[in-house]
Amino acid sequence: MKKLLTGNEAVALGAYEAGVHFAAAYPGTPSTEILENIAKYEEIISEWSPNEKVAFEAALGASIAGARSLAAMKHVGLNVAADPLFTTGYTGVNGGMVLVVADDPGLHSSQNEQDNRYYAKHAKIAMLEPSNSQEAKDMVKIAFEISEKFDTLVMLRMTTRVCHSKSLVEPGERKELPLKPYVKDLTKYYVAPAVAKQLHVKVEERLKKLEDFSNETDLNYIEWNDRKIGVISSGVAYEYAREVFGQKASYLKLGFTHPLPGKKIREFAEKVEKLYVIEELEPYMEEYVRALGFDCTGKDKIPNIWELNPEIIASSLFEEETPTIQYDKSLVANRPPTLCAGCPHRGFFYGLSKRKNVMITGDIGCYTLGGADPLRAMDTTICMGASISVGHGAKKVFDRYKKDMRVVSVIGDSTFFHTGINSLLDVVYNKSNTITCILDNRVTGMTGHQDHPGTGYTLAGEETEMISIPDLVRALGIKHVRTVNPLKLDQLKEAFDWAFALDEASVIISKYPCVLKKWSKFDREEFEPLEGKCEVDVEKCIGCKMCVNTGCPALQFVKEDKKVKVDPVQCVGCELCMQVCPTEAIYKVGD
Amino acid sequence: MTDTKSILLVGVGGQGTILAGNILSTALLEAGYDVKVSEIHGMSQRGGSVSTQIRYGKKVHSPVIGRGQADILIAFEAMEALRYLEFLKPEGKVVVNDYKIPSAPILMGKADYPENVIEILKEKASTSVIDAAKIAQELGNMKVMNVVLLGALAKAMDLTDIDWEGVIRNTVKKEFIDINIEAFKRGRDKLALAEA
Repeated sequence: MKKLLTGNEAVALGAYEAGVHFAAAYPGTPSTEILENIAKYEEIISEWSPNEKVAFEAALGASIAGARSLAAMKHVGLNVAADPLFTTGYTGVNGGMVLVVADDPGLHSSQNEQDNRYYAKHAKIAMLEPSNSQEAKDMVKIAFEISEKFDTLVMLRMTTRVCHSKSLVEPGERKELPLKPYVKDLTKYYVAPAVAKQLHVKVEERLKKLEDFSNETDLNYIEWNDRKIGVISSGVAYEYAREVFGQKASYLKLGFTHPLPGKKIREFAEKVEKLYVIEELEPYMEEYVRALGFDCTGKDKIPNIWELNPEIIASSLFEEETPTIQYDKSLVANRPPTLCAGCPHRGFFYGLSKRKNVMITGDIGCYTLGGADPLRAMDTTICMGASISVGHGAKKVFDRYKKDMRVVSVIGDSTFFHTGINSLLDVVYNKSNTITCILDNRVTGMTGHQDHPGTGYTLAGEETEMISIPDLVRALGIKHVRTVNPLKLDQLKEAFDWAFALDEASVIISKYPCVLKKWSKFDREEFEPLEGKCEVDVEKCIGCKMCVNTGCPALQFVKEDKKVKVDPVQCVGCELCMQVCPTEAIYKVGD
Repeated sequence: MTDTKSILLVGVGGQGTILAGNILSTALLEAGYDVKVSEIHGMSQRGGSVSTQIRYGKKVHSPVIGRGQADILIAFEAMEALRYLEFLKPEGKVVVNDYKIPSAPILMGKADYPENVIEILKEKASTSVIDAAKIAQELGNMKVMNVVLLGALAKAMDLTDIDWEGVIRNTVKKEFIDINIEAFKRGRDKLALAEA
């Protein structure tokens, strides 16, 4: 019986059926659910890694040891894992190894919309691109066969709409495979310069074989219809193209997109009158088609920014607008994502927003919202881990040139484990007086509550060593460390006063569980839960908006009577509003 | 385009749009349609605007639609209907919950909730209004508001060969089966009255 699965669920099922032994990832939208679903299969060793480089290398180690292995990450995660990626392009594998990468056209949840297909070309590895969930599952299995047959890493390139769209999938059985024998082979995995020099020769030979395969495989197929129009497409863009052209065009559908099938493209392009190349983001295929000497329509008309859909393709190619209902869209108020009611980050950013002459370098997570209205307590957010190192560089310059500026670097617990540790080492080693604030909400929040080295649990739910952040930062050489509860504004203020007065680098750990987290045994032992609800005494409320300016979604300023009201459904009783109210108009009930 | 129908389900993070989408897509699947569903996860969950696209027909290619391509727009929150109205075909139908959730700028007094949303919708498109919160309250559980709306949507879709009750029975937790089936029926019947 066919099942309706997301692309991510289908990848997990494919990994299971392919007999995968080992899988690792760091969570990142839109790739997170791949490992969450793989972890449901006891046959597969499944791990959250501290970052994508570690996940990739762990999967490579498993492959060298003889296992079928998989690493999954979002597009920008591959930037972190790029170092082992390129060398694995040289070494090849022992057990099959598949790298699943999820791009995010449209930046639904990312800081850029890089097109990772160029990574496959750059690292000289094979690449597959599924268009829907069935293909995602099938291609994972084929990817392992290709990996083992050609001794290459295979990249499965997904996009948000493939990862998070559901379509029908026919499930199959798992094929249990023995590990391949482990053989020590210095000419393959010991990539010293002399070895690498010879490996590069092999890489080029392998690419030729892969190109022959690309021309032969059914993953790249032609569907002949009317030959007036020919469409070359891949990934979810193929589904959009089918929607736009239907039976009125012939298609060269590419599922194996590195190396591209030169012969097959030539055969197709020569037989159609007008050639279109339809792809999301960059002109990866179009550049190749043009290099083969064929004229085509592609990025001259179809945008290379943001995601596509059938309507965008049709309107950009044919320059005719789809009829829509006309109305005044300016009437609609924005509905931006906000920190939840009771979010511990709110107290932290409220406290921080009161400081003057401060540059706040932020990082990637829910707490990035601390930079948005109304708190606006963040100056930069670049990439995972950058808060601490960007802050370090800025502070060194401010100090050398006598600028009266303090720097506060803000990073989450999971992000600190990901890539913050090296940066904090830099702060100590190169002596910048920055204040690093680690917002420890006891979970990887934004991606939907995954465990990390500080939570005390593994992906499989087993108890493990809980890494102590204070001990870790002290081991890195930080002498001044304090832990505060960010929902207690006086504690927080005192900690800021203390840190701002120091003439050496310090760390403040702002520690309270994410309001949406299901508390673990360890959380229950350590923290007092929030209880009761806040209410407003309308007699005392002067309508000053101090409380609504914390950005709590449970508070509403009612314009008609110039008073604030509390939504009892959303309020969790964190008492932040009570602490900022100048007239003590907010009180607690039910605790 | 082909015989494929497109439903755009919109609301605010936390309103249960995902469960409603799951019931709907399962029901369509069991009725023998090819189905594709697209959702956006991630940052939009934090109180932001959310949307689910459901497409069904003999053979569905694209999981997503663009502007002017939805046959039915079902909005769990009134202002969200207005936000996504441009995705509706001019001859398409709107089913809107008469329910307001102020967004962050409105809560802070920096923006206003638009006036006369329902009137604007009615003027611009074939619109059915349902007070799903009231029905859910009468049933004693605000959480079934999403299934009330699903019932209304089912009526608007006008598909006769679907075993909605069976799907609800298999999708929701055992202790909530009865109340959800009742919620579905109330939503369906309410819309029938509204359309009559």
